[in-house]
Amino acid sequence: MKMKKNKFNKIFSLKCIVNGEKIERDIDSSLTLLGFLRNDLNLKGTKEGCGDGECGACMALVSGKAVNSCIMMAVQAHGKSVITIEGLKDKNKLHHIKKSFIDEGAVQCGFCTPGMIISAQALLKTKPKANIKDIKEALSGNICRCTGYEKIIGAVKKCAKG
Amino acid sequence: MNKFSYIGKSVKRKDALLKVEGLSKYADDYVFEDMLYAAAVRSPKPRIKILNISDAKAKKISGYVTLVTHKDIGGVKQWPIVINDYPFLCADETKFEGETIALVVAKTLRAARKAAKLVEIKYKELPFLTDPLKSLEKKSLKIYGSDNIFSKFIIKKGNAKDAMKKADIAVKDEFSTNYQVHGYLETQCAIAVPEPGGLMTVHSSTQCPFYVHDAVAAVLGIGYNKVKIVQAVTGGGFGGKEDVPALVASHAAVCAVKTNRPVKLVYDRKEDFMSMSKRHPSWSSVSYGAKKDGKITSCIIKYVLDGGAYSTLSPIVLWRGAVHAAGPYKIDNILIEAYAVATNKAPSGAFRGFGQPQISFAQESLIDDLSEKLSIDPIDLRLKNIIGPGAKTATGQKIEASCGLKEALLAVRKNSDWNKKIKAKKFSGEKARGIGISAVYYGVGLGAKGKFLDRAGAYVNIFRDASVGINVGNTEMGQGALTVLSQIAAETLNAPYENIRVQEVDTSKVSDSGPTVASRTTLMSGNAIIEAAKPLRNRIFTMAKSMLLKKGAESSAIMNAYQGVFSMGGKKVSFKEVIAECWARRLKMGEQGWHIAPNTTFNDKDGQGDIYSVYSYNANIAEIEIDKETGVIKPIKMSCAYDVGKIVNPVLAEGQAEGGILQGMSWALYENLVYKNGKMLNPNFTDYVLANTNDKPEYDIIFIEKLYERGPYKAKGMGEVPLIGMAGAIANAVKNACGIRVKKIPILPEDVWLGLKNKRKAK
Repeated sequence: MKMKKNKFNKIFSLKCIVNGEKIERDIDSSLTLLGFLRNDLNLKGTKEGCGDGECGACMALVSGKAVNSCIMMAVQAHGKSVITIEGLKDKNKLHHIKKSFIDEGAVQCGFCTPGMIISAQALLKTKPKANIKDIKEALSGNICRCTGYEKIIGAVKKCAKG
Repeated sequence: MNKFSYIGKSVKRKDALLKVEGLSKYADDYVFEDMLYAAAVRSPKPRIKILNISDAKAKKISGYVTLVTHKDIGGVKQWPIVINDYPFLCADETKFEGETIALVVAKTLRAARKAAKLVEIKYKELPFLTDPLKSLEKKSLKIYGSDNIFSKFIIKKGNAKDAMKKADIAVKDEFSTNYQVHGYLETQCAIAVPEPGGLMTVHSSTQCPFYVHDAVAAVLGIGYNKVKIVQAVTGGGFGGKEDVPALVASHAAVCAVKTNRPVKLVYDRKEDFMSMSKRHPSWSSVSYGAKKDGKITSCIIKYVLDGGAYSTLSPIVLWRGAVHAAGPYKIDNILIEAYAVATNKAPSGAFRGFGQPQISFAQESLIDDLSEKLSIDPIDLRLKNIIGPGAKTATGQKIEASCGLKEALLAVRKNSDWNKKIKAKKFSGEKARGIGISAVYYGVGLGAKGKFLDRAGAYVNIFRDASVGINVGNTEMGQGALTVLSQIAAETLNAPYENIRVQEVDTSKVSDSGPTVASRTTLMSGNAIIEAAKPLRNRIFTMAKSMLLKKGAESSAIMNAYQGVFSMGGKKVSFKEVIAECWARRLKMGEQGWHIAPNTTFNDKDGQGDIYSVYSYNANIAEIEIDKETGVIKPIKMSCAYDVGKIVNPVLAEGQAEGGILQGMSWALYENLVYKNGKMLNPNFTDYVLANTNDKPEYDIIFIEKLYERGPYKAKGMGEVPLIGMAGAIANAVKNACGIRVKKIPILPEDVWLGLKNKRKAK
């Protein structure tokens, strides 16, 4: 596919892996990772809450780390593996953190939920025995305006070992 | 037989699976073929006269389609709400920074936003007002009518001035509160899709699809039956998606008509901050008079809300605030004067609590000051004066049996170990602990000022496979309406909970059910579902019984219905089998329900009347810790008890409580919107700080279920209650910790720090 160049935006040939699938796209280099995921790949589970990297609704895993995809450029994902909420699964089963969010009543409006789960996944990958303090710290970049955080923290704690 | 199948049980949320998978579709997740994008051109100053609008530069942006101004509006030019003073698009004069002047439509969102910035407005700056108290002055600049007053209410009972003079003890003070921004994580969004025959379908992020319906029909000048509003999954509301989504949707609809293409209008966070509704800033002067024994005899209040540039919902926000202003106490002499006034700032509107939290903070602070003067424990003083069954409120309404305020106060007193903590030594090292109380009552539903909107419909349709489809007119916005309403339907029909699907609101499928506000959804839509389900239940239960008899059940046995199974004398038949038989006999398996709130009254002259059909009650104890060096306040524990009638789903109710507590606490301690000379300085989450996980206190949630006979399974209303009293309880805890009475919200570290410094100086 040929794309028109304009004087501001350079075209970049992006190669990355998204939710296990190899992706090769020519993209406008000024595109954010969030824009790329939502609009180019139609992965609408990743949300834009603020566009400033302050609320965490747009979080995705890039090389295992939770990032605010609204302030990361898509080109920065070049050569990396990206996992979005849609790709977070336990061998074709409902992911255990997702299940815990349902069981513990941690979901209300749901707009922060994908980002919360991504943050929790990044934490528990590096700290499987995370305690309440670790969880609060890890989720402190994810704003939830509905729940008061109690049941979200509880849902993540239930997934931590020990 | 009295065992409920689903009521009172924490069944799993209906919408949770799609939400955790990231598959729920919010408005911005929809894409339509040939869809265009709109972006607003906004007023650069608080008040301007528009001389010329030019899109000469904007046109050069690749993908630019058109500019839409007030001239493109085919219907009425003013947005119909309460008082119709807000133009859909301003013609010659703007009244606040960020007001929509025009819209640019383009092929991509990026192009639309870029082009909107290039639209040139030639203007003349006009003088403007930002201070609500100045706005009230006789000689002030007039920006609304002859007095800048959108609305005024008086509540008058007995002779308050006289009683104040005769009181043994009187306290008086002034309080102020700042804005609160809703901070729903999903910004405003609507997609207007024009259809052949002049029809218009709008997909909207909204609490109130029928308000959107009113506005879209009006702005397009077409019949209501040509408009359809479909609520998309909504990412939080809290009042912020009550009225203003109608404005957003109307703008999208005008763009869609002009281009004859679907048009999406999605706000970025900054414009959402700058132009959408907020909790009103307030100013109040409050006084209480009491006898030596603590009996409160008089209350005088002047209450002013900063309504911003247009009236929007200010009149009814003010009304709710005014009628509750004296607090949940029986006081014979009351005088409340309340005003909503105009300033050249973003219009304030609905926010969880609707005019109550501001004045609750003020009066509950002063009740504590009164208790100090009387040397009576703050809880004892409240217990002496609170309303209970048979007592009369400020408006002369007699409280009915469903009132658990006393029990709520006693419960939090016990759970928080109040009696010990209130007298405990406050400082240990650099930290001081404090404990504070507040009491709240809340009229459920729209009340006398909204009674003509206080009705709700439901359509319950049982399919041949025994699955149940339900249409209601109240929305899910995170609070759990889909789940609670499904529980009510399942319970009434004896259908398995899994069989119920309450569908997203579509205004073409159910009659206007009013707004999803005022904690009215469980009550109103719940009752409407029961109304619809009753005749179905009769048919189903009669059929079940005859099937069980045929199976050989003893006719003298009692039929039991539980979680989708009917049993009698050892025989069983399932809901599914019964429904199949009903269909085989061609019984009517779809019914409409319609519920109207009991009549309420309000006398405009003296503010007296039976203004709400029922009240919910709540008591809060806040425990906080103050850092003496920095003034930083750390919330420790919130013990809160609620009488909201029967709890339909305990986990969801806890979620409402915890969320409301944190939202109230966040307003009380962190959220600080700054306007300078009519310009908003911090329209973003970087500089306008919301509570995060590290701020979360410990919660102790207690439910006191005082059953309400006219409620669905005896429930009342809950959503707004938990927020209202938090600021008062926290302010009282700050006072208890360090002796500083902070008379403003938010209570910032610098307020406490300065208070402590001045106190040291005075020593």
